[in-house]
Amino acid sequence: MDLHYTAEQNAFRAEVRAWMQQHVPREALPDYDTFEGFQAHRAWEKTLNSAGYAGITWPEALGGRGASLFEWLIFEEEYWAADAPLRLNQNGVFLLGPTLMEYGTEAQKARFLPRMAACDDMWAQAWSEPGAGSDMAAIRTTAVRDGDHYVINGQKTWSTRARWADWIFGLFRTEAGSQRHHGLSYLLVPLDTPGVTIRPIRQLNGLAGFAEIFFDNVRVPVDCCLGAEGEGWNVAMATAGFERGLLLRSPARYQQTARRLRTLYLANRDAADRDLSIRDAVIRAISATEAYALSTYRTVSMLAKGSKIGPESSTNKIFWSELDLLLHDTALRILGSRAELDTPESRRWMEGFMFAQAGPIYAGSNEIQRNIVAERMLGMPRQ
Amino acid sequence: MDFTYTDDQRAFRDAMRALLMVEASPERVREGWELDAGISPQLQELIAAQGLSALSVPEAFGGLGLADTDWALLSQEFGYYAVPDAALNTAYPAACLIAALPDAPSLQQATLPRLAAGELQLAISHPLNPLVADADRADLVLAWADSEVHAVPRSAVDVSALASVDPARRLYRVSLETGAGTRVADAAQGEVLWRELINRSNLAICGQLLGLTQRILDISIDYSAQRKQFGKAIGSFQAVKHHMADVAVQSEFAKPVFNRAAWAVEHGHPLRDVYVSQARLACSEAAALAARNGIQLHGAMGYTWECDLQIFMKRIWALASSWGDAAFHKARVADWLFAPDTEIGPGKTFI
Repeated sequence: MDLHYTAEQNAFRAEVRAWMQQHVPREALPDYDTFEGFQAHRAWEKTLNSAGYAGITWPEALGGRGASLFEWLIFEEEYWAADAPLRLNQNGVFLLGPTLMEYGTEAQKARFLPRMAACDDMWAQAWSEPGAGSDMAAIRTTAVRDGDHYVINGQKTWSTRARWADWIFGLFRTEAGSQRHHGLSYLLVPLDTPGVTIRPIRQLNGLAGFAEIFFDNVRVPVDCCLGAEGEGWNVAMATAGFERGLLLRSPARYQQTARRLRTLYLANRDAADRDLSIRDAVIRAISATEAYALSTYRTVSMLAKGSKIGPESSTNKIFWSELDLLLHDTALRILGSRAELDTPESRRWMEGFMFAQAGPIYAGSNEIQRNIVAERMLGMPRQ
Repeated sequence: MDFTYTDDQRAFRDAMRALLMVEASPERVREGWELDAGISPQLQELIAAQGLSALSVPEAFGGLGLADTDWALLSQEFGYYAVPDAALNTAYPAACLIAALPDAPSLQQATLPRLAAGELQLAISHPLNPLVADADRADLVLAWADSEVHAVPRSAVDVSALASVDPARRLYRVSLETGAGTRVADAAQGEVLWRELINRSNLAICGQLLGLTQRILDISIDYSAQRKQFGKAIGSFQAVKHHMADVAVQSEFAKPVFNRAAWAVEHGHPLRDVYVSQARLACSEAAALAARNGIQLHGAMGYTWECDLQIFMKRIWALASSWGDAAFHKARVADWLFAPDTEIGPGKTFI
């Protein structure tokens, strides 16, 4: 056990910090779920990519830096500490990207990854359907083979940032009459294909952050199938593993929130300490944030030694989503009656609080996660 | 950067586990309940014969000189098998304190080799530890007096027994006289020595709590697979699964906090007090939930004397406030966290 950063890691941190100081916009960009904000965030992704920072763990040939996972952690830490913009293309870069690396053909990697890194292609996920949420194997949208195309019919929903996206990735039923997780294929679909209709859904914060997608005889070439036809479930589970396990929620995001929470508490300490459970919650939230960071360093250390992520990683999503709730709930308690007001002081906390409500729901609800922990990590019986 | 244990460390832990699995069965732990010592003679002999009491004694005095991160793994095994206190969990911080005494070579010569050989028992009296475990059997009591360290022979200590909820614990209130003849470190030296002892005592408790948590998970999950209601194993019901998943989540995220604390104590990190207290709060919480959810899962069986759950559950209850209650540990965290110059976050509090 050695908890020191290497000289190279410290140098990398210094490099990223200097770059962020120079490039992060002085004023926060408009929300990426507005058209103006979408464009501004797309431009930011291009700026990031110009330094090889869009997908730093990717090979250099595909637009990345070939960075280690420790460097990824350091990058994320500096990124969030600099209050840099949210990552518009995160579902592409952090979820589809690693899946493409693992399952994509050379042609698919060369075709999609550099454009993804540059945000020339903006990607949205298309997992859920009206009848398939937590129960993703209930997917009904069909993709019927017709020569060298699939013909897609059906509906997807809760597709984050699909409104102005260029492509989606998701699971479609390619084998007629197949059941559950059999007969599904992982398809990549350009949203400008005739027959695609996108209907924005207004979220809790008033903005159309996700959308429904309707498919009416949408023809997609067969080279847009990722992995073998009918093997989509296994490919998708790999994506789910990245999302829950590691990449999508680096600890740095929560460490930055924890830092803001400490500042908020100290600035309002006299009022906050009238309720000593607030002080307790601040200590607990910040300590839990460190626990998440430490756990991630442990996971990365194990991966660096050649181990695979085990079933214990299914505890991650439960922990970070509940941590995010605790951080924001505590902040609102400190703000007291000011919390509900749309003021510069309160707005960011309230927006974060609302987003935190979604954490235990998306990427597999926490009830499902607890089943996974019990069944796969603890070995409890399925039925 | 490498936040993992070495293969050697894990191999030693595995060997200890294999030994205790055979020798520290629940039946053997129960045997100890009926005895004055609280521990079965076989288990006590085993500890001496296997040289387990030599673990934390420096090599120069005939011990193995294990480091704090080694102990972090072993103490989880002692917890898992509910090995009672004195021989191991007290010996670790006490031996480290004696070895670190700057100016007491004769005491070191007189105690450490005998401790390594399993011929000497120690007890520790400190304001944070008013319930002194195994004081009546100790040859020597290490005592705090206005930050000084005193080594008081058993003959100069009056003990009165106190009954613990944990039938294996042997607790005593002690009264003892300290003076120039018993002083082995002055107050300035003592400040440093007691600080490390408090940290190590807490590491030992953290490790035990994590081991106890894992044991309760294991026995509860076993029980949930055997016990059938409504025609199927109760472990297949989601409400039951979620009780166990909640414990697993807390335990998984207490472990790295504990590992950092052990590393920080081993390396004299400036924030080691804070890291130890954060670990203690996390481990205590995980263990308390394990005890609560463990008995819930066992149903009425868990409320019986016969069920082995009580061995582990009561140890968790007993250790809850040992070597600092939650208020003490939260204060250690708060004093640092809310100090004006403190910086938290990446590069500040990880290492």
